[in-house]
Amino acid sequence: MRARKNIGGLDALMLIPAVFIGLFFLFPVGTVVGRGLAGDGLDAVIDLARSQRQRDVLRFTFWQAVVSTVLTVVIALPAAATVAGLSSRARRVVRSIVTVPFVLPTVVVAGAFDELFLATGLDAGAVRLRHTVWAILIAHVFFNYAVVVRVVGTAWVGLDCRQAEAARVLGATRWQAWKEVTLPRLRPAIASASAIVFLFSFTSFGVVLILGGPRRATLETEIYRYAVSRTDLTTAAALAVVQLTTVLGLVAISTWLERRRPATTRVARRTRTLGSRAGRRVNGLVAIALLGGPLAVLVERSFSTGTGYDLSHYEALGTRVRQLPAPATTALWNSLQHAVMATAIALVIGVLASVVVVHGRSSLRRFFDLGLTLPLGTSAVTVGFGILIALDEPPIDFRTRWWIIPVAHALVGVPFVVRTMVPLLRSIDPSIREAAAVLGASPSRVRREIDLAIGARGALVGGGFAFAVSLGEFGATSFLPRRPDDLTAPVALFRLLSTPGDLLRGQAMALAVVLMVLVAVSVFVIESSRGTTEGAL
Amino acid sequence: MKKLFLSFVIVGLVAAACGDDNDDGDAIDFRGDPSGTTVRLVTHDSFSISDAVWEAFTAETGVTVELLSSGDAGEMVSQAILTKDAPVADVMFGIDNTFLQRGLDNDIFVPYESPNLDGVFDNLKLDDNNRVTPISFGDVCVNYWIDALPTGTAAPSTLEDLTDERFAGQFVVQSPETSSPGLAFLLATITGTDDWEQYWADLVANDVSVTAGWEDAYYGEFTAGGGERSIVVSYASSPPAEVIFADPPVDTAPTGVLLDSCFRQIEFAGVLAGTENAAGAAALIDFMLTNTYQEDVPLTMFVFPASQSATLPPEFVEHAEVAANPQIIDPAEIEANRDAWVDRWVEIVLS
Repeated sequence: MRARKNIGGLDALMLIPAVFIGLFFLFPVGTVVGRGLAGDGLDAVIDLARSQRQRDVLRFTFWQAVVSTVLTVVIALPAAATVAGLSSRARRVVRSIVTVPFVLPTVVVAGAFDELFLATGLDAGAVRLRHTVWAILIAHVFFNYAVVVRVVGTAWVGLDCRQAEAARVLGATRWQAWKEVTLPRLRPAIASASAIVFLFSFTSFGVVLILGGPRRATLETEIYRYAVSRTDLTTAAALAVVQLTTVLGLVAISTWLERRRPATTRVARRTRTLGSRAGRRVNGLVAIALLGGPLAVLVERSFSTGTGYDLSHYEALGTRVRQLPAPATTALWNSLQHAVMATAIALVIGVLASVVVVHGRSSLRRFFDLGLTLPLGTSAVTVGFGILIALDEPPIDFRTRWWIIPVAHALVGVPFVVRTMVPLLRSIDPSIREAAAVLGASPSRVRREIDLAIGARGALVGGGFAFAVSLGEFGATSFLPRRPDDLTAPVALFRLLSTPGDLLRGQAMALAVVLMVLVAVSVFVIESSRGTTEGAL
Repeated sequence: MKKLFLSFVIVGLVAAACGDDNDDGDAIDFRGDPSGTTVRLVTHDSFSISDAVWEAFTAETGVTVELLSSGDAGEMVSQAILTKDAPVADVMFGIDNTFLQRGLDNDIFVPYESPNLDGVFDNLKLDDNNRVTPISFGDVCVNYWIDALPTGTAAPSTLEDLTDERFAGQFVVQSPETSSPGLAFLLATITGTDDWEQYWADLVANDVSVTAGWEDAYYGEFTAGGGERSIVVSYASSPPAEVIFADPPVDTAPTGVLLDSCFRQIEFAGVLAGTENAAGAAALIDFMLTNTYQEDVPLTMFVFPASQSATLPPEFVEHAEVAANPQIIDPAEIEANRDAWVDRWVEIVLS
């Protein structure tokens, strides 16, 4: 009750995220599922449950997502610790750089992995990675490494290290202190990051098809197969129901984990460097090999020409080739504009929603928490086709408006803002808030000076993700009609790669590298824009 | 809520009634001067045309084109079926003969007979009711990297050659479940071999590799991207592209085409049922058959013009071959059997 009284005017504010999620997600998805199941009702879902193939698909989808999540957390957690121990500037640099893989189109990354497998002899023979489930798992770690490093690393910075130090003084080993003191307090952030990684792996499409090979099928590839290759909307909708239900259940579990035992936080002045020097070195090597390998292949290719190495592919980006409706540089500019808008939307919606999730009425909390995370675990086909058939009549015929693209990107960006911000808001020691109130601060001032100040850290890290999500064209936008004037960099990249010829391919690689630099610089800039959070980031 | 439901029902009934009108084929009036209007054209993602061509269209007719791209051909057709009550465009371009029947069965087009249709190759006209108009065609064919073929072997010249031991481990194809050239090649083997199921079993025995899409076959496993396989399913127009975009420049194409393996993909344009600008749509389809438009398509989309009077660019004359007797299957037969064929292929090749 206290929390609710403190938050005035919240009911009005939460209308904004409610309308957003309702109009651009729940209504479209409900419409497409409803249309698909209109004839047979739930019989289609029951048929699916009876089919051995679909049961195998569900089992594999689930299994690879769980393993991908565990692997990513295990591999990236030490890095999150190392990052937390760096100076704030170095921290921002590292956090920006690890975001790079996140934004790269799968077809490009898959090509780089294939080349690495070929170079290291892992494409065939006794130890074969190509077209195996291992290739899927490695790629998922590659893409999601940033999620754990950034989400957990951010929460780690906020931890007060005095308790762990006290435990050490009282005779606990380093491991004991970490396990008993630090880990429980990181649990909300780890749960948050795991949820995101799980959902991304659960709905992964390109990685499964390209790196896993055509023999692997997941719920996501099956939905595509039925909806697009077979125009069997009924089966596709039934699969979408299975996907949505599973995701809903898992998100519920994860938010429950995230809420359990909320450890309190004050804004720490300094986090001690964690781990030994040797440990940090191993850590760095893992990151460089895993993330650096494929990226290095791309950079090498972008400079390589028929006669050696030079900048010609980069110079070519400014001239329009006949396969593209505009020069690649225009596409980059369009992508940047979309990303700025998508980030702004994701921040507004995400920050408002986070405040509701932490302080709002309990029924609404649950709705926002689940509802806003759901787009991350929903098939791009379901959302894209949903928008196409639901938002098709005036006054809401939005299908071909230019802004529907950044809005669709923001649908995927919002969960990042919420999932990074909520654990931080939950961890605020209520006594700080009470002290402020006792000292005469109004509820809105408490919210501004305490909640927002601490939450801003998470919001900006989430905003960085939203930016990367938009720059990398995640989500439903490939299933929406696009204007050639709004050509974006990933679309341009696909087109360059779809006609044979070394010049086009070289240009595509140069475009991928520019995209990498663009995301690193932008995320750095976003996270440097701190206001009242001076020093906390 | 009840009112809302009722209005949905009414809208649905009205829409159904209108649909019946369209079936009669005479509800749409293509006459009138479209000058000053805008016509919306939805295409697949690979669509591209020079700016000068659109400027010529606007100068001639006074009509402005608004372009929308909508995924690959399969995605575009699925979307058009979903949105047929409220189409996003007036004209669709890029539906091919492998998806044609699906579009026709779902009544997404209205018939329009262009006066320019006379100049089109007769074998490209697949719909007697003119619900779609052929605009261009391309052949999906087996390509090989001339210098990378196993030493001492001549290039393959028939489909059967690919099952021969000398090409073991050399061939990479795309899955027909996820790739349009993959589906086209499966169709080519269905008409082009005596027993296609046995043929694929033989290919598997000869260590054929399967990828999900064209990019990972051509740039992943084929010689072009540094891969170790010298034979790939691609297009008849790939050799000219390899010359035009070569680095460093070359005089002859590094790849050759197995003409016996070519499946013809014909790309059509059609006026979408529910168009708000029938006269503009008609003007656009007429224009797509003029030489101004037809002569631009080879170098922008690497396909061949459907019009007999269009002149091919020199790069195509020199480096591209058109199969004299391409494999072709009636669109209705493709639609009726596609799922069964693909399922059978999955059983033979993937499991």
